[in-house]
Amino acid sequence: LSQKVQAIYLWWHKPVIDQELLQSLPNLKVIANSGVGMDHLDLKLVSSFGVKMANAPRAVSSSTADAGMALLLASARRLVEVHHIAISPSMDYNEADILGVKVTGATLGIIGMGRIGYKIALRAKAFEMNILYHNRTRRKVQEEQAVGATYCEKLDSLLQQADFVMVVVSLTPQTRNLIGKRELELMKPTATLINISRGAVVDQEALVTALQTGVLGAAALDVTHPEPLPRDHPLLKLKNVLITPHLGIKTDKATYMITEEAVENILAALNGLPIPSEV
Amino acid sequence: MWYHKPDVNEELLQSLPNLRIVASSGVGIDHLDLKLLSSYGVKVSNTPFVVSTDTADLGMALMLASSRRLVEGYEMAISPHTEYFPVDWLGAEVSGATLGIVGMGTIGYKVAERAKAFEMKILYHNRSQRKKEEESAVGAVYCKKIDDLLQQSDFVLLAVNLTPQTHKLIGKRELELMKPTATLINISRGLVVDQDALVEALQKKIIKAAALDVTYPEPLPRDHPLLKLKNVIITPHIGSATKKTRRIMMEEMIESIQAGLAGLPVPHEV
Repeated sequence: LSQKVQAIYLWWHKPVIDQELLQSLPNLKVIANSGVGMDHLDLKLVSSFGVKMANAPRAVSSSTADAGMALLLASARRLVEVHHIAISPSMDYNEADILGVKVTGATLGIIGMGRIGYKIALRAKAFEMNILYHNRTRRKVQEEQAVGATYCEKLDSLLQQADFVMVVVSLTPQTRNLIGKRELELMKPTATLINISRGAVVDQEALVTALQTGVLGAAALDVTHPEPLPRDHPLLKLKNVLITPHLGIKTDKATYMITEEAVENILAALNGLPIPSEV
Repeated sequence: MWYHKPDVNEELLQSLPNLRIVASSGVGIDHLDLKLLSSYGVKVSNTPFVVSTDTADLGMALMLASSRRLVEGYEMAISPHTEYFPVDWLGAEVSGATLGIVGMGTIGYKVAERAKAFEMKILYHNRSQRKKEEESAVGAVYCKKIDDLLQQSDFVLLAVNLTPQTHKLIGKRELELMKPTATLINISRGLVVDQDALVEALQKKIIKAAALDVTYPEPLPRDHPLLKLKNVIITPHIGSATKKTRRIMMEEMIESIQAGLAGLPVPHEV
């Protein structure tokens, strides 16, 4: 069987692509990833075996952008907290204690203005948000104008002004621990950090400290490191933290589109044609 | 007047001969007997426009939270029993779905503006059709018959005010016209929906889910079936509950009161 395997469709990090596996599959031509993140793959190792790799960038962007907005809104309006109050047996609360933060007109700082980041900007614009962004490279003027986004060459400038900071970068050696103690301290004490990228982009211990000491107002995390977090982790207990189970692409539609994109990539590779989403 | 308290009835009005004005918080005035108040020569004001964006924001928040199963997801993420996140746990996509807005006033229109950015297909039902430019700005299609909207929508959002005409606007018949995969979002008033019919529709999976910022009464009795249904999100009427907006509401109410007491034209008079 191992001689026949020409393609692997990788579903959520399984199977683990290591030296042993690659050696056992001499006819492997392509690994198609479900999703866009490639940080769980050793790209050098795979390519040293002459195996091509592809991801599914188009399929994930809308659902991940939606999830980012869902987390931003839920956190700002304290949705989960007040839902629990609304259904609790005692329902004992003071109206003044459940006030949230106004989203319309607030400042959103997007870190990582790729496909997903840009879709978030499109959505945030409709909420009349003031949009700042930080990216490796600046976007074209027309693209900036279409969403009313202002480029912040220095990340610090974005962090100091934003009410909501949305992290949408891919995980690379440069973005590991991109948001640490220093960055958190630059943020407003009333600000919210939303992470829909990878847990390792944020220094988690620094985040816990910042939330506990009031350096940061709140956090909404679709991704952590590891996933799931150990059950005794402080992040699970903080009142001002919303954690979701990496649901960025977990919709029926996205799943379908990811598979379609992966099949496209696999067929192209097996037929010796250019691979649409080669990495 | 804050959240329907105190109850403005004949007894109260008789006991306050010098009452000149009732300033009500928020935009809804369904809790006030306008004829009665006017017969006592008492003016009424509300805070109509300041609540619009927060309420529209909340409508979007409820739609996203419901479709992506945010409450459930959070519980899974923090539960002591969670060992891994199951890969077949899926929500429904908002981008590209069809949103039917019932009541295209200020709030309904702001919801449409937001939904358009999610590339949603927007249908709306209203007493009167909006101008063509307003429709094209948000890509909204008018449904003269509410049935057409109900049959095609993945999300039905109620943004009407409560009047005798909108009382129980959404009942058994309307819920049965909706898709079994549809979600009902109510940011208007609890009485716009026949609540018993809603409970039955949710229990029998005639519709998929509901997200309600408003119920009748508020709050619901603690043994009410809506509190126990897994496919329901309830929030305690927080449509305008942000610090900024509440502050402005207070300022507007004071403005109205001061004008009323000085015999000047009252801003936001109803």
